[in-house]
Amino acid sequence: MLHRYRFILTRPLQFLPVILGVSIITFVLVRLIPGDPARVLLGTKATPEAIANIRSQFGLDLPMWQQYFYFVKNLLHGEMGRSIIFKIDVLQLIVTRIEPTLALVFCSVLLSVLIAVPLAAVAARNEGRFVDHAVRVVSTFGIGFPSFWLALMLILLLSVSIPLLPVSGYGNTLSDKLVHLVLPSLTIALSLSTVLMRSLRAAMIDWLKSDVATAARARGMPERIVFWRHVVPNSVVPTINLLAVNIGWLIGGTVVVESVFALPGMGQLLVRAIFSRDYMVVQGVAMVFACATVFVNFLADIATVAADPRVKL
Amino acid sequence: MIRTRNATLYAGLAIFGLFVLMALLAPLVAPYDPIFQDAAARLKGPSLAHPFGTDNFGRDILSRVMHSARIDLQMALIGVAFPFAIGTVIGAVSGFLGGFVDAVLMRLIDVILAFPFLVLMLSIIAILGPGLTSFYIAMALVGWVSYARLIRAQILVLKNSDYAMAAQSLGFSRLRILFRHLLPNAVAGSIVFSMSDVVLVLLSGAAISYLGLGVQPPTAEWGVMVAEGQSFVTQAWWITLFPGLSIVVLAFGFSLIGDGLAERLGVNG
Repeated sequence: MLHRYRFILTRPLQFLPVILGVSIITFVLVRLIPGDPARVLLGTKATPEAIANIRSQFGLDLPMWQQYFYFVKNLLHGEMGRSIIFKIDVLQLIVTRIEPTLALVFCSVLLSVLIAVPLAAVAARNEGRFVDHAVRVVSTFGIGFPSFWLALMLILLLSVSIPLLPVSGYGNTLSDKLVHLVLPSLTIALSLSTVLMRSLRAAMIDWLKSDVATAARARGMPERIVFWRHVVPNSVVPTINLLAVNIGWLIGGTVVVESVFALPGMGQLLVRAIFSRDYMVVQGVAMVFACATVFVNFLADIATVAADPRVKL
Repeated sequence: MIRTRNATLYAGLAIFGLFVLMALLAPLVAPYDPIFQDAAARLKGPSLAHPFGTDNFGRDILSRVMHSARIDLQMALIGVAFPFAIGTVIGAVSGFLGGFVDAVLMRLIDVILAFPFLVLMLSIIAILGPGLTSFYIAMALVGWVSYARLIRAQILVLKNSDYAMAAQSLGFSRLRILFRHLLPNAVAGSIVFSMSDVVLVLLSGAAISYLGLGVQPPTAEWGVMVAEGQSFVTQAWWITLFPGLSIVVLAFGFSLIGDGLAERLGVNG
């Protein structure tokens, strides 16, 4: 039984080259900016001491490969440099921004599952009929909705009828935060659910015709129970993977949506850092997002193995 | 069945054609200059004189939406063309040669795919500076990986096919076999994929412009227009509604073309 989970120990080793590659790309990106790297990283108003400091920390007079070595050495010590705008360590800065992004991703996924499962169920159980086609057209349309625009349309539609919903910022207490997350997560969920709906519908149709369902029906099980006990749990497995594959897209969505709603998460931090040429922050956020993507795919592998006893990795 | 397939494809092509027409004819048929500011007609709702209303500078929204089609179509098509071409060549060569080259390229693809698409795009644009050219460069640097993967998988299968062997035994050069025999049979999947990719590119380009890092004002572009209308959304909804709706309809057209092509070419989208 447990040997199926052995990959949990070996898989992270396969991630090492990818993480190494991620660090090389982020390193190269920032070094491609023309000009003195120390000045690029510290901004035009940097003091000579600060420049000398960063020069020694990153070994900026050394050949490129040695500079990369210093870069990795600093990374392993949790040193990603300092933000020129916020005047604190990049890693510290990112840590304060993780919570809103994580909460947004969590709420969006939850909401989109709540939207997608019932709609896919209705479509699958009425395959080929009008409802099915209607759901398909809606999901084809939904894929093309720009999140930033959908967000504003939701503000327009909902803030009029429900004036209590805040349209920007993030609260301090738990309930306040949740209220602030309603519109942002609804925006992402409406797009994400269209993607999930297609895959769920196809999987449900397959499982409705499977031997499992037929056997259950033969035992005299009512169709409703066949559907919710056998078809739905089986159909959700490929959807977990689809969510993991789409995590990069989902993170991209949070970057845009956080900017629309002024939600102080990592995405908003990234966009602001780009405008203020705070390259250390850009580098740090990109790296953290990339590692998060790799990690989520790892979690999805574990979830798939746990959900389906036949899967071996 | 054949009729419905064609219906999907043709409906998509019709929508796409309509936008192409709008883009080409915008200077002739748009009622106003897209950047002309009429101080007397600020924030006016839809009327006969301004069917889509005007923005806070008194610019005509309909004319701006029409002119935007020129930029957004170009953005979507160029944004797909470069990654398609680069990815196809890299994927084909990688799959055909195999060995060390293949291993290195595949690891590079793994690394690029580890980054969330938009995050890597934005990081590259951060370095190149905002603008449409930066968007194209970033798109070419990031977007090729999906095409390379698709083509490589196809080539791996096809290079062991009977006709590849036949061509080889006839003494054709490796280059000729790859580009004249294998590649034409391998691209169907990529063409279908490019239609869902073009939606992604359109949405990303508009989003990046919305964030202020793509097309720069006062140039009319749908994402830029939505950003400009954001502060007025509750009092002048028409500034944001129409450009966004244009994106949705054009994206829907591309999706229909993709679905239609998938069925016609017998590829699973």
